[in-house]
Amino acid sequence: MTLPLADLVLILPELLIVGMACLILVLDPITPAHKKDLLAWMSLGILVVGSVVTVSGFGERVMAFSDLVVVDSYAVFWKMLLYLVSGLTILLSMGYLKEEKIQLAEYYAFVLLALAGMMVMVSGADLLTIYLGIELMSITLYIMAGFKRFELRSIESSAKYFVLGAFSSGILLYGISIIFGVTGSTRLVEIAAVVNGRGIDDPLVFIALMLLIVGFGFKVAAVPFHMWTPDVYEGAPTSVTAFMAVASKAASFAAFLRVLLEAFGGIKPDWNLLILVICIITVALGNLVAIVQTNVKRMLAYSSIAHAGYALIGVVVAGWAGIEGAVSSQGVSSLMLYLAIYSFMTIGAFSMVAILRKGGLEGEEIEDFTGLAKRHKGGAFLMLVFMVSLAGIPPTAGFIGKLYLFMAAVNAGLAWLAIIGLIFAAISAFFYLRIVMVMYMREPSSEQELHTRLVLSPQVSFVLACAVAGVVLLGIFPGPLVSVADLSSLSLK
Amino acid sequence: MGTIVFFYFASVIVVTAALVVALRSPVFSALALLVMFFHVAGLFVTLHAEFLAVIQILVYAGAILVLYLFVVMLLNLKGEVHFHHQLTVGLFLGCMVFAEAVLLVLKGESSLQASLSTPKEPAQLMQGNTESIGELLYSTYLFPFEIASLILLVAMVGAVILTKKGILEAKG
Repeated sequence: MTLPLADLVLILPELLIVGMACLILVLDPITPAHKKDLLAWMSLGILVVGSVVTVSGFGERVMAFSDLVVVDSYAVFWKMLLYLVSGLTILLSMGYLKEEKIQLAEYYAFVLLALAGMMVMVSGADLLTIYLGIELMSITLYIMAGFKRFELRSIESSAKYFVLGAFSSGILLYGISIIFGVTGSTRLVEIAAVVNGRGIDDPLVFIALMLLIVGFGFKVAAVPFHMWTPDVYEGAPTSVTAFMAVASKAASFAAFLRVLLEAFGGIKPDWNLLILVICIITVALGNLVAIVQTNVKRMLAYSSIAHAGYALIGVVVAGWAGIEGAVSSQGVSSLMLYLAIYSFMTIGAFSMVAILRKGGLEGEEIEDFTGLAKRHKGGAFLMLVFMVSLAGIPPTAGFIGKLYLFMAAVNAGLAWLAIIGLIFAAISAFFYLRIVMVMYMREPSSEQELHTRLVLSPQVSFVLACAVAGVVLLGIFPGPLVSVADLSSLSLK
Repeated sequence: MGTIVFFYFASVIVVTAALVVALRSPVFSALALLVMFFHVAGLFVTLHAEFLAVIQILVYAGAILVLYLFVVMLLNLKGEVHFHHQLTVGLFLGCMVFAEAVLLVLKGESSLQASLSTPKEPAQLMQGNTESIGELLYSTYLFPFEIASLILLVAMVGAVILTKKGILEAKG
């Protein structure tokens, strides 16, 4: 057989990322301890190169490897977002790993390998390929969650994530195998042809669709498949939590949406009601349970569940029956916009948690933020911006993201869904602003004054600057990103 | 004849799979699993997938199960550990899901018949089982195949990182 060179050129970014990951694994033992940062800079470099190569593919739609892989604008959009998030994660980790004494260069290789898995997910045109991408990402994340292996919580988080993740992968795989049994193919296009002809009346199609929704629901942490999220997010090293909360969620949403629209686009009315129910309970439960949390990481975990619920509004709109194509792709583009904005503010919030130290430990209780404004005016102000944006208050980007989602819902005739979203957004302001209140209005006890401090490094400052710039600039000039999202959403068939 | 053979294998698979969960002693569970693996291999043989049958026995029964048994014996589970507190809830939910599945099948019987009435004959291969699988893996499915190799790499490095003594202390 011959390996077509054109196919290899199309997956060049993936090859570069994987190649660099392997190179780091090889170089690690022969690099002296004080030069380990070099490996992190190398992985950052490859991200830049990869993004340049990837962005040149924008606007085309090309299939590769006997139609198993698709490179289209939709995939390019997500890949660019994933590069950005991975880059920020690496920068955030450089200081954090040192502080936590878990400085292993394998960490950076794992970030790159997880990124490769996510890239496979977002440009998979075949259920088997998407599944393998999910596994590559998930297994890497299971290990990264347990990186603080001398700490019981981290190990517990890793084990929990592994067991539940394996279980959900099993469910997903069962759905895929039934679909293969019904249609005789795993390629999305061929599945669509058979499913359109047969419809949901075929019990096998129905069962397979349910299993797929459960499997993906677990990966995006939608209620009622969210149980793992708080424990895993709390126990994992904070830089890994940020990576999981943003990158893996974005990639899972991208694959989920592609599977739903490209393979099951012909039977939209049969799945969008289910997604609608999941969407409403996710928004409700995420926001309500976040109120009672005292740990910032747990609170952000529930907040990420709630945000997954908001993003699901985009899926509902994209699949709502009897609406025009333009509105349907508005659902997709508003979801893409929302997740891009969500990335900036969530990375920012987790970075703040990562740099707040209490003695030798992480300050991750809400209490630890008490009176931060007195000692670190700048840090407290950044946290304020992220919290305000997460709550969706103008003029931040969080407001723009919610605005476009709710507008898409109203255009699809789902004004009541937008109102539900709005009500819960108002409720969410309570727990986001509580942190702001604690920082600005409470006097720290003398003990807290002594022990809690912000540990800043140039890299983390850059991450925070990027995040805050994203939140503020996208809040004021969302235009360019909106038009890019609109353009890329069109390539989803 | 083919139907009888199929139902023999299928029913043994279902029964032994239930035993794996239900039996108290982990060693007996593992042995039930072993019987199940052999019968799955038998199903593969009836489908003319001899290569898969052999792989099933070599990899699952041979490697994975033996590993299970090693772990079970090394852990030396003495006292009986009960994980059956939720038996009633599980039974209730299981019955509900089963009833739902039956309902679904009854409701969609006609369309199910349509898809089952034309059973696909096992493909007549021009070459051996192993050659055709190998050729598919290295041509059509090259991309997923390579991704699977990356997954193995990650699992291997991860196992070292999570378990090896002294790497964090030495480097930290």
